[in-house]
Amino acid sequence: MERTQLIEKLMHAVFFIAACASIFAVGLICIFLFANGLPALKEIGVGDFLLGKSWKPSDTPPTFGILPMIVGSLYVTAGALIIGVPMGILTAVFLAKSCPPRMYRLAKPATNLLAGIPSVVYGFFGMSAIVPLTGNSILSACILLGIMILPTVIAISESALRAVPAQYYEGALALGAGHYRSIFRVVLPAAKSGVLAAAVLGIGRAIGETMAVIMVAGNQARMPVSMFKGIRTMTANIVIEMGYASGLHRDALIATGVVLFVFILIINLSFSALTRRKG
Amino acid sequence: MNCFDIENLDLFYRDFQALKDVNISIPTNEITAFIGPSGCGKSTLLKTMNRMNDLIEGCKIEGTVKLFEENIYENMDVSLLRKRVGMVFQKPNPFPMSIYDNIAFGPRTHGVKKRYDLDELVEQSLKKAAIWDEVKDRLKKPALGLSGGQQQRLCIARALAVNPEVLLLDEPTSALDPISTGKIEELLLTLKGKYSIIIVTHNMQQAARISDRTAFFLLGEMVEYGQTEQMFAMPHNKRTEDYITGRFG
Amino acid sequence: MTRKAKFTERLTRVAVWGSAAIAFAALFYIIGFILIKGIPHLKPSLFAFTYNSDNVSLFPALVSTVITALLALIVAVPLGVGAAIYLVEYAKRGHKAVNVIRIMAETLAGIPSIIYGLFGLLFFVTYLHWGYSTLAGSITLAIMILPLVLRQTEESLLAVPDIWREGAFGLGAGKLRTVFRVVLPAATPGILAGVLLAIGRIVGETAALIYTSGTVAQIPGNPMQSSRTLSVHMYALSSEGLHMNEGYATAVILLILVVLLNAASAAAAKRITRTQKGE
Repeated sequence: MERTQLIEKLMHAVFFIAACASIFAVGLICIFLFANGLPALKEIGVGDFLLGKSWKPSDTPPTFGILPMIVGSLYVTAGALIIGVPMGILTAVFLAKSCPPRMYRLAKPATNLLAGIPSVVYGFFGMSAIVPLTGNSILSACILLGIMILPTVIAISESALRAVPAQYYEGALALGAGHYRSIFRVVLPAAKSGVLAAAVLGIGRAIGETMAVIMVAGNQARMPVSMFKGIRTMTANIVIEMGYASGLHRDALIATGVVLFVFILIINLSFSALTRRKG
Repeated sequence: MNCFDIENLDLFYRDFQALKDVNISIPTNEITAFIGPSGCGKSTLLKTMNRMNDLIEGCKIEGTVKLFEENIYENMDVSLLRKRVGMVFQKPNPFPMSIYDNIAFGPRTHGVKKRYDLDELVEQSLKKAAIWDEVKDRLKKPALGLSGGQQQRLCIARALAVNPEVLLLDEPTSALDPISTGKIEELLLTLKGKYSIIIVTHNMQQAARISDRTAFFLLGEMVEYGQTEQMFAMPHNKRTEDYITGRFG
Repeated sequence: MTRKAKFTERLTRVAVWGSAAIAFAALFYIIGFILIKGIPHLKPSLFAFTYNSDNVSLFPALVSTVITALLALIVAVPLGVGAAIYLVEYAKRGHKAVNVIRIMAETLAGIPSIIYGLFGLLFFVTYLHWGYSTLAGSITLAIMILPLVLRQTEESLLAVPDIWREGAFGLGAGKLRTVFRVVLPAATPGILAGVLLAIGRIVGETAALIYTSGTVAQIPGNPMQSSRTLSVHMYALSSEGLHMNEGYATAVILLILVVLLNAASAAAAKRITRTQKGE
């Protein structure tokens, strides 16, 4: 029996170590990103880096202002939200409340499939089906990203809607409200925090998306001029130039990653704050 | 001789006292029934007897619980204790594996490895639990395919497979229909004499039908304990009488 | 109901059904578009054993995808399952360490793939001097899918009824035996569903691999050599712009893989309810 107890203790420790892997990974990611990105931020100057409007790494002297990329990321993210969130919520209402069971058996796997399609495939589709209509532009990126965040918004909104007790809906019906009035005036408000969380997660997806955006957004590192003109996002900046960058240029790209990472952390925190309040 | 001697037992779930100064001695090879309204502590007492309460956070025990003169809360290997004191639960809980593997789970846990020995144990246990004839042709089939009553008898067989001295049953028929319940009661009567059986039940007729002794609990206290016949005919305590005659509970 | 209420009700109905219709139409359009453009170009030469610029074979990328996925799973599955076992079976509910681990896993889940790619580049490729290698890419992906495996395993373990644990403990089994012989087997279909989803993410990943695995279009002889997965292969084809037709054909293969993985995952998830009902 001594031996069994020893093994029990040992495995307890092993499982604990496995559980700590997440903490370790987050720590390592933070350390390596910040250690490599912050010196560049210091050298370029935080103000010049974040608010500088010109990104010319090969000029002499080079300029490293990522404001165009920050604005670019925000533009395409906002655009994606405008397209994806209302449509996602309405589709979630459809799935949770209006979908005939037989159709649901097809519709639910379909939304999962939408989530499973690789970003490069989305990008490829965007290049050949959207770009010919709207050009390599902010608009194209917004449309494509809007579709890409749909499955996230749908899945989380749907489960939030399903978590609302049936009595709410029945109570509203009993007062003479119609099916949709009951849903939009009673059920949806009750699921508010979940639906908001869905939108926040959608923001995270959109701002972090890389490959699909690169393939349709044009990637000009300049302040946005029009919806029909190109733009470059922070993610695109990293992928496009990392292959040949060196020295301060490379560090500036890593610093771009740091800025993106901070954005993501803020979004994550708001997401967990939203979901935790519910529980 | 007694299988269990419990003295001055107090049990707390954090701040809530679930058992208050319980003293009881349970004779071997008889059927002892614990009755009382829900929340009276009868199941809690049962679970202290094989230390299943250890799993509950914030559970604290004072007093002594002795199994054949040995204090089970001092220097006793819990695994061995549970081998000696088997348990059958309220809801039939066969594991999601074959009938054979369910029965063999206990023996394997305690070191029986040889195929031949296991085959033997499985057959014997299923026979003891009077379910062998119903399952002998489907030993490799999933146990969850059996009916509720069969599942519960399988669980009894599973408990018997490790050769326990005492068998604890926590409302074993509350999830079953009357016919299955009858079969289980019949089975318990055949097992008594070889095993000491302690059964928690909320069904007073059941206690009256099968048990030799009955203990009545109320709000964590043991109100009365004695020969079943006598207790149902002439309870000493007014509260016992009220409960038995159905005035509350 | 007033006429106005009736009108609003009908309008909302149109919006809900319309949104769902557009969302599913988008999915079918994307899939149909890729299939129609890609299937005619699925030539035997695409499956030649070695890649050259004449045959543009995707076969080496297919093999590299399998190798990359296997390496990533070897790391991520034991860690993720072990961590979930710790959280569900060992840790005391509401313990501080548990909360920290959960928050970190959520954080990992929200980090976009480009940040993982950047981290992999800084840590495995540069700091550990692994260079562009299949191993660097695989371990980067392992960290990326860790929270997914963890989460799915956790949910599957929580779905295992406590009466089975009690039953095993009641027979004198220790924690380890209970976990490995009763709880894990019962949770296996759910864990498998999670692993299949994780493979789906690996297959679709690009941004995290370009600067970790590199983009060499040959089957890696050992894990320290560079390679490209199917998604990276597709991105390379699109950025070169010379082999769009082969790109579509690759997209078809990717889609088939993703559909198969999704279906397998759904089938595995369905089995979990079946085992628990005992069918």
